[in-house]
Amino acid sequence: MNIHEYQAKQVFAKYDIPVPKGIMVESVKDAVIAAEELGGPVWVVKAQIHAGGRGLGGGVKLAKSLDEVEELANEILGMTLVTHQTGPEGKLVQKLYIEDGADIQSELYLSVVLDRKLEMPLIMASTEGGMNIEDVAENTPELIVTVPVDPAIGFQGFHGRELAFGLGITDKAEQKNIITFAQKLFKLYMENDAEMIEINPLVRTGKGEFIALDGKMGFDNSALGRQPEIAAMRDLTEEDPDEVEAAHYGLSYVALDGEIGCMVNGAGLAMGTMDTINHMGGTPANFLDVGGSANAETVAKGFEIILKNPKVKAIFVNIFGGIVRCDRIANGIIEATKITDVNVPVIVRLDGTNAPEASEILKNANIANLIVGNDLGDGAAKAVAAAKGN
Amino acid sequence: MSILVNKDSKVIVQGFTGKEGSFHAEQCIDYGTNIVGGVTPNKGGQTHLGQPVFNTVAEAVKATGATVSMIFVPPAFVGDAVMEAAEAGIELAVIITEGAPVKDMQAAKAHATKHGMMTIGPNCPGVITADECKIGIMPGMIFKKGNVGLISKSGTLTYEGANQVCNEGYGITTAVGIGGDPIIGLSYNQILPMFEADPDTECIVMIGEIGGDLEIQAAKLIKEQITKPVVAFIAGQTAPKGKTMGHAGAIVSGSAGTAKEKMEALEAAGVKVVVSPAEIGKAVKELLSK
Repeated sequence: MNIHEYQAKQVFAKYDIPVPKGIMVESVKDAVIAAEELGGPVWVVKAQIHAGGRGLGGGVKLAKSLDEVEELANEILGMTLVTHQTGPEGKLVQKLYIEDGADIQSELYLSVVLDRKLEMPLIMASTEGGMNIEDVAENTPELIVTVPVDPAIGFQGFHGRELAFGLGITDKAEQKNIITFAQKLFKLYMENDAEMIEINPLVRTGKGEFIALDGKMGFDNSALGRQPEIAAMRDLTEEDPDEVEAAHYGLSYVALDGEIGCMVNGAGLAMGTMDTINHMGGTPANFLDVGGSANAETVAKGFEIILKNPKVKAIFVNIFGGIVRCDRIANGIIEATKITDVNVPVIVRLDGTNAPEASEILKNANIANLIVGNDLGDGAAKAVAAAKGN
Repeated sequence: MSILVNKDSKVIVQGFTGKEGSFHAEQCIDYGTNIVGGVTPNKGGQTHLGQPVFNTVAEAVKATGATVSMIFVPPAFVGDAVMEAAEAGIELAVIITEGAPVKDMQAAKAHATKHGMMTIGPNCPGVITADECKIGIMPGMIFKKGNVGLISKSGTLTYEGANQVCNEGYGITTAVGIGGDPIIGLSYNQILPMFEADPDTECIVMIGEIGGDLEIQAAKLIKEQITKPVVAFIAGQTAPKGKTMGHAGAIVSGSAGTAKEKMEALEAAGVKVVVSPAEIGKAVKELLSK
């Protein structure tokens, strides 16, 4: 789960990590009131969406007067912001963060992520802040400092020294400042079950202090149950409504732009089914994993969500029952045809636990439009043909 | 022969009396797995599915001599359960539970390694040696005994792959579902050499996914150490780019983890890479009939 910049900064502040003063607003009027309260003389008006690259997309701008704050708030609030991380459809800006301008001497980069190979968190820093860190890694990898921290021993003095010297910081007061900053950030990472924290840019002020000018934070979904304060920060408007609805029924759904609706059990087989359709010249309309506890109701719901997409010309149900029982899926398909108007061909391949029973159930139901797929390859081929009207 | 587990493996179940634990333990017993007991705190002394229940893993190990544990405890208790198994002297813990916090698994795996305990999973179907020992949730009937070893991140693709191998007239030695979480136990690079050393395994099927770089590391190992033929499929060639906010993870691993990148690396290592899981069985047949 991801949170907004303004929320990340609230969490930073809780850990005494320096951030500029700012106020989140949802209207132009409140933007001006917030700016007055902050005092100025310069403000930054920042779009709050769950994606990076906001500045380049025109979602972060500097204002030098209250009139300018109003003008920029008007411009950014309600705009559809397109960045390299939003996809071409962009994201609607519904919230703004009005922030005090900062005294910037230089811009750095700082993040904490899980290093899967070392199997421990890693602090990553660079003197090349404010830029796309992927470009830095590509062009000047020597300018990236990495310090793995074993949680069993925690953040030690040597971690801090490796970081400070790695960044070429020679002033003793500055060394102390960056080390304290990183130490607090690591504590935050561990205590909140964060998956990723990224500060870009981390600003060094004229006084040699470090301030988080931006903040991106993602959390481990599996740990949200024990992180109620973090879980409460979830912004559902930033998520796809169909995906949210599907998740409510235990389905994992992602919309794509093809023509063949897919309903599969297991993420791996779901991706493998999409790959097979693609390989046979068709296009998948979605990824849908019905999960391990699929029953008639969830299957019917899955059909409903798939059929909302007007581009769908055929549906391929591909189930390899382990825990999932094929007879339940078969009943779900019958249920779905009663509740929803299934007006496209449905290709069904059921294998594994209780597959013979399922086949019997479907045969007796006499559903129009239903085509049996004998195995994965056969089912996919029939789905591709059906979508093409053959 | 086989790898990791066989008919003589003494297995206990952590979370034995729970709904999931009970259901699957019973299926495992029916398959022939030598389940010698289970652990559920405060139910010690009871008998469940004909086997003794213990309060702690240490008690269970002492009384039964178990060396393998199948873990079904709820997600929030997985880390604790793994560490308990490690200290009790269990040699292999198979963690089925889905949704364990990454931080807990990080600590648990480090602790398991310190105590010399191997782990499989979490969030995986488990491990099965055909006709001998099933430790997990896979449908046992599709795994016919044979000469193909199988390793997969995905549960249902494990079934798909095994089913195709058997439909072509071959069978499985051992199949291992390693799971796809950020922190997992045994991975390709530990299991591939086991299959290489197993005299009964003549061909290996390896099923991967987008994300991370375990398959890239496996390609390196295969090139250097594996002489047996390998068939691979990587799921997610058509998956959309992840909607991530930061890209720090990809920089750490030094790879974007795309299917294309992994398929190319495996092909360069001499692996027979198929573009669809529907072709796994045929590819195995092609390699084994050479």
